[in-house]
Amino acid sequence: MGDWRTITVPTLSSDSKNTSWHTSEKKMSPSNLNVQQVLRSPLPLSKSAHIFFSAFCTEENVEQCLSYLNRELTTLGFPSLFAESKGKELSVVSVLNCMYELLALQGKNLRAQEEVETQHLKLGSDMDHLQNCYAKLKEQLETARREIVGLQERDRQLQCKNRNLHQLLKNEKDEVQKLQNIIASRATQYNHDMKRKERDYNKLKERLHQLVMNKKDKKIAMDVLNYVGRVDGKRGAWRTGKTEAKNEEEMYKVLLSEYEQRQKQLLVENAELKKVLQQMKKEIISLLPPQKPKLKDRAEDGIGTVLSDVEEEVGELNKENMWELSCETAREQLTNSIRKQWRMLKNHVEKLDNQVSRVHSGDLNNKDVISRKDHELETEKLVLEIQQCKEMIKTQQQLLQQQLTSPSDDDDTNPLLKDCYLLEERERLQEEWKLFREQKKNFERERRSFTEAAIRLGLERRAFEEDRGAWLKQQFFSMTSDRKNCEHIKSPPSAFLGGSGQDNQLANFRPQQKKSNYLLSVPTSSEFCKATQHTPENSSSGAMLNKTNEDKKPNLSGRESSKQKLSNASSPDSQEDFYSLCSLLQTNLHIEHMDNLP
Amino acid sequence: MNFSEVFKLSSQLCKFSPDGKYLASCVQYRLVVRDVNTLQILQLYTCLDQIQHIEWSCDSLFILCAMYKRGIVQVWSLEQSDWHCKIDEGSAGLVASCWSPDGRHILNTTEFHLRITVWSLCTKSVSYIKYPKACQQGIAFTKDGRYMALAERRDCKDYISLFVCSDWQLLRHFDTETQDLAGIEWAPNGCVLAVWDTCLEYKVLLYSLDGRLLSTYCAYEWSLGIKSIAWSPSSQFLAIGSYDEKVRILNHVTWKKITELEHPITISSTKIIVYKEVEKSPTVETERLAFPPTKALASSLFSTKSKYDIAQVPVSLHHIKPVADRANPRIGIGMLAFSSDNCFLATRNDNLPNAIWIWDVQKLKLFVVLEQLCAIHLFEWDPRQARLAICTGNSKVYLWSQAGCVSVQVPMEGDFHVLSLCWHSTGNSMALLSKENFCVCYLDKETK
Repeated sequence: MGDWRTITVPTLSSDSKNTSWHTSEKKMSPSNLNVQQVLRSPLPLSKSAHIFFSAFCTEENVEQCLSYLNRELTTLGFPSLFAESKGKELSVVSVLNCMYELLALQGKNLRAQEEVETQHLKLGSDMDHLQNCYAKLKEQLETARREIVGLQERDRQLQCKNRNLHQLLKNEKDEVQKLQNIIASRATQYNHDMKRKERDYNKLKERLHQLVMNKKDKKIAMDVLNYVGRVDGKRGAWRTGKTEAKNEEEMYKVLLSEYEQRQKQLLVENAELKKVLQQMKKEIISLLPPQKPKLKDRAEDGIGTVLSDVEEEVGELNKENMWELSCETAREQLTNSIRKQWRMLKNHVEKLDNQVSRVHSGDLNNKDVISRKDHELETEKLVLEIQQCKEMIKTQQQLLQQQLTSPSDDDDTNPLLKDCYLLEERERLQEEWKLFREQKKNFERERRSFTEAAIRLGLERRAFEEDRGAWLKQQFFSMTSDRKNCEHIKSPPSAFLGGSGQDNQLANFRPQQKKSNYLLSVPTSSEFCKATQHTPENSSSGAMLNKTNEDKKPNLSGRESSKQKLSNASSPDSQEDFYSLCSLLQTNLHIEHMDNLP
Repeated sequence: MNFSEVFKLSSQLCKFSPDGKYLASCVQYRLVVRDVNTLQILQLYTCLDQIQHIEWSCDSLFILCAMYKRGIVQVWSLEQSDWHCKIDEGSAGLVASCWSPDGRHILNTTEFHLRITVWSLCTKSVSYIKYPKACQQGIAFTKDGRYMALAERRDCKDYISLFVCSDWQLLRHFDTETQDLAGIEWAPNGCVLAVWDTCLEYKVLLYSLDGRLLSTYCAYEWSLGIKSIAWSPSSQFLAIGSYDEKVRILNHVTWKKITELEHPITISSTKIIVYKEVEKSPTVETERLAFPPTKALASSLFSTKSKYDIAQVPVSLHHIKPVADRANPRIGIGMLAFSSDNCFLATRNDNLPNAIWIWDVQKLKLFVVLEQLCAIHLFEWDPRQARLAICTGNSKVYLWSQAGCVSVQVPMEGDFHVLSLCWHSTGNSMALLSKENFCVCYLDKETK
C-alpha cells in the first residue's frame, strides 16, 4: 500500500501538469482571467483546480466564457452550446449533453490514464528489473571478460612454458645428439689412438721378441731329470697332413656326437610333448562330445570351420600314423586340429562362464531370492504351526491332567478315598467290559442265526414261488380260453417284479432288524430264534398282502409308490419293535447286571 | 662339522689334488703335500724362490710351482720324490703358467705376452705360440681336454686360435667381431665357445668348435658392459653379469635372452626368503642355527657369534655408492656361479657387497637372498650338490643349502680370517684359507 501511495504522488503531479497545461493555454487568451472567476467548474478535480476554476468565470464574463467554451467545444467536435434555431440562446440540453459527454470523456480518460499509469508503473518496475538484470549481466560479462583475459594470460604463459620446454627438449636432444657424437668421435679417436699405440706396442713387442728370443738365451731351457711317458702311454705322433685330417675328423666327430646327443634329447623331449599333446587331445575330445553338436553349430555360425571339422576327422582317421610322421607333414594338420579343439574348448568354457555368471546374476536378481523368501515364509509358517500344535498338545495335556486331578481336587481331603474311587471305577469298568464282550459274542451268534434264517427264508420263498407257479399253472390249465383270464395270465411277471421289489424291500428292512438284533443281546437263543422266525413271517405276510393288493389294483402303475408305502407302513412297526426290544434289553441288562454283581 | 688344526700357508696357495687324495700347500718356498684324510705330510719339496702359483696336473702326479719373479717353473713328481724339472724362461720373463689338460705339457706365458711356450715333459719338443692376447681370460681348455682356445691379437684385431691339445696343431684360426676381446670360455660340452668383448661394449659372440659364428648378443650400447660370465654345467644356459646390475641368461638353442635377473636394493616380494646374518651376544647359548663346534667352544666363547634371521620383507640391503670417476667401478655383477646340479645360480652385485642372490634356475626366479654382515670375499658351490660355501673375510664360514643356512665359527685361536676356500672334489670337506694359515673343515654327513 505504501508503494501505491508513493506512486500516486506522480499522478497528482501529472494532474497538476495537465492543469498547468490548461492554464498555459488559458493564459494565451488574455481575457481568461476574468472568465475563470465566473465559471465554476462542475468537475471537482482537485482543490487547486477548484481554486483555479473559481477564477475562470465571474458574473461579468459569463458571455465571454460561454463563447469561449462554445468555440473550444466546437473545435473539439462537440455540438455548439447555443441552440441554432433560437440564435444566440444557450441551449441547456446541449450544454448538459456536452457536459455529460465531457464527463464521460473525462471518466474514460481517467480510466485510460489509470491504466496507462499502472502500465507505466509496470513498465517502470520492469524497467527497473531489467536495469538490475542488465547491471548484473554487465557485471557478469565483466567478470567473464576478466576471467577470459586471465585464462588467456595463463594459456599464453603455458604456451610460453610449453614452448620453452619444447625448446629445452630440443636443446636436450641436441645435447644428447651432440654428446653421442662426442662419445662416438671420442670412441673413434680413442680406438684410433689405441690402434696407433697398439701398433707401436706391437712393434716394440716384435723388437723385444727379436732381441730376447733371437739372442739364443741360454737361460731359456728346461732342465728335467728324465722325460715321463704320456698319459695314454703312446708316443707323440709326428705332425703330418694326415694328423691334420685326423684332427679335423675328430673335431667333426665331436661336433657330430654333440649334435646327435642334442637331437636325441630333442627327440625325447618331442616324444614326451607329443605324448602330452595326445593325452590332452584325448581328454579334450572326451570332454567335449556332449556339447559337440552345439559347439559345431556355433562354430559354423561364427567362424565357419566346417572345413577344419572335415580335416579333423581325416586327421583322426590316421591319427596313429600322424603321430609317427615328422613334424613338417603333420604340423599343419596337428596345429589345425589343436586350434579347432582349443577353440571349441574355449567356447565351451566361455559358455560355462556365461552360464555361471548368468546364474549368479539370476541368483542375485529374481528367482532364487523369491524362492528363498518363499522358503522362509514356509518355514515360518511351519514353525508357527508346530508351535500351535505344541500349545494344543500342552493344553490338552493340561486339560487331561486337570481332568485327572479334578476329582482329587474335589476331595483333596482324602487321597485314599480317591484311590478307592478309582479302584471301584476300574472294577466297574472291567465288569462293563466283560459284559460288553459277552454281548458282542451274543450279537455274533445272533447274526449267524439271522443269516441262517435268511438263507432258510430264501429257500422257503423259492419253494413258495414254485408252489405258486404250480398253482397258477393249474389255474391256467383249469381256465378255459377266456380273454379276461388271458389278462390275468399276464400279471405273473409283474407279480414277479413286485416280488423282486419286495426282495429289495426285505434287504432294506434287514439291516434295521440287524441293528435291533445287535442291541438285543440278553434273550436266550431259543427265545431269539422264535423272535427271528416271527419277524420274517410278519414280513412275508406283509409282502403277501401287498402282492395281493397289487394284483387287485393293476392300474397302480408306480412300483415305487407302493414301495414307499410299504416302507412307511413297515418302518413304524419296526421302530416300535425296536423300542420295545430296547426296553426289554434294558431291563434284561439291568437284571443281568444285577446278577453279575457279586 | 669338524675342523682340522691350523697349518701354515703363504700366498693362499693351497690346492686339493684332482683325484682328491692329496692336499698341496705352500709355505714360502716350500711345497707341502699332505694326505687329505690324515693331513700328514707325504712330501716336502723345496723350490728356488717364493712360490707364487701352484697347479696339480690332471692325473695328480705332478705339481707345478711357478715363481714369476724369477721366471722359473719347477715341477715335482709325487711318485718319484727325486724327480725334478725346472723350466727357466730367462729374460723373456714369466707371467702365467699352467698345465695342459693332458698333464704332460706346461704352457708358460712370457712377459708382455710375447708368446706362449709349450714345454713338454715327454719329449724335448718346445712349441711357441705367438701373439697371445693379454686379457682377463685368454686361454680356455675344453672340459674333455681335447681343445684349447686362445685369444690372440694381431694387427689390432682379435683372433681366436683353436688348438688340438694332443699335438698342439692349429685346428682353426678366425678373427672375432670384437673391439677388444676380454675373455673366452668353453661351454662344458666343449662345442661352443663364448667370447666377450671389453667392458666398454656389451657384446657376446658364440662360436662353434669349427669356428662358425653361432650368434651374437648385445643387450645395450654405450654404457659399461659385461663384467662376468658363467656357463651352466649342462651347457644349457649362459649367464652374463653386467655393469647394469643385471644378469641375462641366454639359452643354448636360439642363443637369445631367456630372462633378465635384476638385483634391486630393496626386496619386496614376499616369496623371497631373505636370510640376514645378525650378531648375537655370546652369553646367549641357543645354538639353533649354528652348529655346536665342541672343539671350538672354548675359543669361540669370547668371539662374537652370528646367526641367520629370516628378515621380513621388504628388506633394504646394505649398498655402497660406486665412485663414478674411477675406473672399474664397484657396481654390477662381479661374481656368478651355477650350482653343480644346475638348479641354482648364485650372484653378487658388487655395489651390494654383503648380499648373495641365489636364483632358482628352473623357475628363473629369485629364491633366496643372504645378507652378510661383511662384504663377501668368495663363494663356491659344493662340487657334488646344491650347497654354497661363503667366506666374508671374518672368522666364520657360511653354508647355504635349500634346507637353510648356517654360520659356523672357525674354532681357532687367534684371528683366523677366512679369505678364501676351496672344496674337496667329494664335497665332504673344504680348505679354509686365511692370510697365513689354512685348515680343513670336514662337513658332517647329516649336513649333506
